[in-house]
Amino acid sequence: MSKIGVFVCHCGENISATVDCAKVAETAGTYDGVAFSVDYKYMCSDPGQNIIKNAIKEKGLTGVVVASCSPRMHEPTFRKACAEAGLNPFMCEMANLREHCSWVHEKNEATTEKAIDLVRILVEKVKYNHSLNEIKVPVTKTALVIGGGIAGIQASLDIANTGHKVILIERDPSIGGHMSQLSETFPTLDCSQCILTPRMVEVAQHPNITLYTYAELESLEGFIGNFKAKIRRKSKSIDEKLCTGCGQCTTKCPVKKIPSEFNEGLGKRTAIYVPFPQAVPNKPVIDRGNCTYYIKGKCKVCEIVCPTGAIRFDQEDQIMEVEVGAIVVATGFTVKQPDFFPEYGYGKYADVITGLQFERLASASGPTLGEIRRPSDGKIPEKIVFLACAGSRDPAKGIPYCSKICCMYIAKHAMLYQHKVHGGKSYVFYMDIRAGGKQYEEFVRRAIEDDGVNYIRGRVSKIYEKNGKLIVSGADTLLNAMPVEIEADMVVLATAGVANEGAEELAQKMHISYDPYKFFAEAHPKLKPVETNTAGIFLAGACQAPRDIPESVAMASGAAVKVAGLFSQDELTREPIIAVVNRQAPPVYSSCVGCFLCVSACPYQAIEKEEIKNRNGEVIKLVAKVNPGLCQGCGTCVAFCRTKSIDIQGYTHEQMYTEVMALLNEY
Amino acid sequence: MTLGFYPGCSLKGSSREYAESVLAVAKAFDINMEEINDWNCCGATAAHNMNKELSLALPARILSLAEKQGLTEIVVPCAACYSRLTVTKYELSKDAALKTVVTEANGLEYTGLVSILNIIQMLDKYITPNLEGRVVKPFDHKVACYYGCLLVRPHEILKFDREEDPQSMDVLMLKAGATPIDWAFKTECCGAGLSVSRTSSVGRLSGKIIGDAKDRGAEAVIVACPMCQSNLDMRRDAINSYLGEKVDIPVLYITQAIGLALGLDRKALGLQRHFVKVSV
Repeated sequence: MSKIGVFVCHCGENISATVDCAKVAETAGTYDGVAFSVDYKYMCSDPGQNIIKNAIKEKGLTGVVVASCSPRMHEPTFRKACAEAGLNPFMCEMANLREHCSWVHEKNEATTEKAIDLVRILVEKVKYNHSLNEIKVPVTKTALVIGGGIAGIQASLDIANTGHKVILIERDPSIGGHMSQLSETFPTLDCSQCILTPRMVEVAQHPNITLYTYAELESLEGFIGNFKAKIRRKSKSIDEKLCTGCGQCTTKCPVKKIPSEFNEGLGKRTAIYVPFPQAVPNKPVIDRGNCTYYIKGKCKVCEIVCPTGAIRFDQEDQIMEVEVGAIVVATGFTVKQPDFFPEYGYGKYADVITGLQFERLASASGPTLGEIRRPSDGKIPEKIVFLACAGSRDPAKGIPYCSKICCMYIAKHAMLYQHKVHGGKSYVFYMDIRAGGKQYEEFVRRAIEDDGVNYIRGRVSKIYEKNGKLIVSGADTLLNAMPVEIEADMVVLATAGVANEGAEELAQKMHISYDPYKFFAEAHPKLKPVETNTAGIFLAGACQAPRDIPESVAMASGAAVKVAGLFSQDELTREPIIAVVNRQAPPVYSSCVGCFLCVSACPYQAIEKEEIKNRNGEVIKLVAKVNPGLCQGCGTCVAFCRTKSIDIQGYTHEQMYTEVMALLNEY
Repeated sequence: MTLGFYPGCSLKGSSREYAESVLAVAKAFDINMEEINDWNCCGATAAHNMNKELSLALPARILSLAEKQGLTEIVVPCAACYSRLTVTKYELSKDAALKTVVTEANGLEYTGLVSILNIIQMLDKYITPNLEGRVVKPFDHKVACYYGCLLVRPHEILKFDREEDPQSMDVLMLKAGATPIDWAFKTECCGAGLSVSRTSSVGRLSGKIIGDAKDRGAEAVIVACPMCQSNLDMRRDAINSYLGEKVDIPVLYITQAIGLALGLDRKALGLQRHFVKVSV
């Protein structure tokens, strides 16, 4: 026979203003199995909790119903109180009298009647509660960081500095990401490479960090604390242990006209190449798509000149399996290319370039060694036009969001141009200047006021070439939409920042969600910005939305702290609200008939097939079995099961039906 | 074979040479162009600014009449008519209530099953596949293909060609032996709506178009819209005074240019009707 205690809370006046709490407690006291009932002003307060604890001890309660607020608010509080008094915490249930009743109804008898019903339901349910224990899972204290841009670098270093191991994978031949391509950085104009390259070196030398470049995530299985990742290490066609990075091969390679990815196509590279001189690791890879040997079967110049014999033409991709406890995704973003913009010439004008290409022109390590020269003929542009919002904030282009970084980098570009080309004229077409950030607005004002950049508020309808000039045709909306035409020598499009190619496939591999633009989705837009909906997988940087460097770094450190927090525990505890497939005495063993609809229904791959064997080891039945480490308790399998053989612990069929019957006053 | 033909008002009046050349080219390929009986104004330029139901009822009546006449495919050479008819078909396919209102107003059955072809689609479908061997006098000139505003916009509804840098006419002219130039004003406004009321604005807007075509060495401008043609041709004095020079590049309908390539009689193509002498 159950001995249930009912504790009705007034929540100050939140509940008692419309519900007759004393009457609720009194009525509950008359139910079969209720050994104790009481109402009190603040049940969550210390004295309130003591009432519960004392009742458990003195009356020997076997179940507790607290009728107060939402379980989202105080379920942990009351379960803890019960546990302290020696009652299994999962024998405590909450009836939500506040959000579900007192807050939404007038004061009258019906409201009190509803409160009584809510308590009644839970009293009947708790009779069928069972003691449950939290699930413990071990933690593998190694983190996988995907993406070696500034976010991935920062996250790796921060995690490694807490003493934990990090595996950092990067799909390009070098880490550094977009930041390594930048010239100067806003709002301080400090050199991007100067602040980044020491970090890159630190990553390579850190004893806790294992770096794999030219590597991508192949697949991911497992769950928080216990992931199994397969990593594809693409063949670099060199033996990294033997290679000294002397550069003989890249100097002698006869294929020299491949557009350099690092220079955004403005410079050339060889088929065996190091993306840029400061690359980490500073060892080449062979681009097999462009290498003469792989295309025609002969050449091997690199092999001939290599002093250490490090070239390996027959090297194959390696698939490596690693076990990690947490993952930081920092795969970054990309920018739309000019061929996305028919109105600006579908990319057919060499001197209409992207902001990222301008970075390379302005960079001391770039193809022009930092001189602003236009790609078509190498002349220094006397008139340059910058277009903000090329694609961004344009629903017709499918990119309604603001790319966020462009207003700032355009001001920087125009400023750099004015500093480098004396007497040059620069124009910026903009919709709004969005310079929210520390010293950001001041920076833009500096471009306008000190460096004389001409800001024109309005959009550009088209760009076309005439007599060697690019005619930029737009409107000045501050002058009543007056048409403006500028004969420019070069045009820079601040093309929209968009999700990386392959972002969708990567998200699906990791079972994390993404938004309509393929940016990875955070668990909560305000309070969980670095978490994903999949426990143990965190986000950093521009893979989540367009981000500038300070934000990416802050996010990366945030994600690193989350990982460190996870790794501070040897075991993780999880609520035991998971699915179980019933087991019965022989000869039935289980009502499961082995149709395995549940296996296909489970979104977490948590259901496996189990063989039931007799004493001779012969298989007599094949049934479903839930892996408690993987199950998230969503209940999809329960709905699918034809024989009702699966139950969610704490929410069994029996408990649910009991609640319904209680509501119908069938008891 | 037989195709339906909706000339619209322009092709019966100021742009007779457009109709003449369309029919001449069709005849050369044994295509019977059957005019829709009792057709009415498509409502272009005025109706859709005044009354939505009216602006849909007028084109819907034309489409209903075509159905009644047993036509499954109609050719609409005027870009404005093509736009109004296609927009109507689109709007009525999306809104059953509107369709009922319009059908009742017209008192005619409307199923929306008639296909609408603009002149480029018609040429592309029925003429160019059979062009091989028929070009007796290749149109060997540098041409600026001018699409204007209505032929390719709005893209969501028309789903025809690229809206910023269309190519279909260029491809057709290439097949007729011409050299289409890459230029910047393919879809700029010619000032159509202001043709009568503000001729000086037309001079400026059309002037930019003719000016760019001239600067890039075009020997003819090729169009597929009566409004474009009349502005670029008839308003040449206003254009020339905007440009400050005398530009005598002729403006031909695409059917005229193809007709010339086919070796058709110049008079049958109505070339004598132009204001700017057609010397090509």
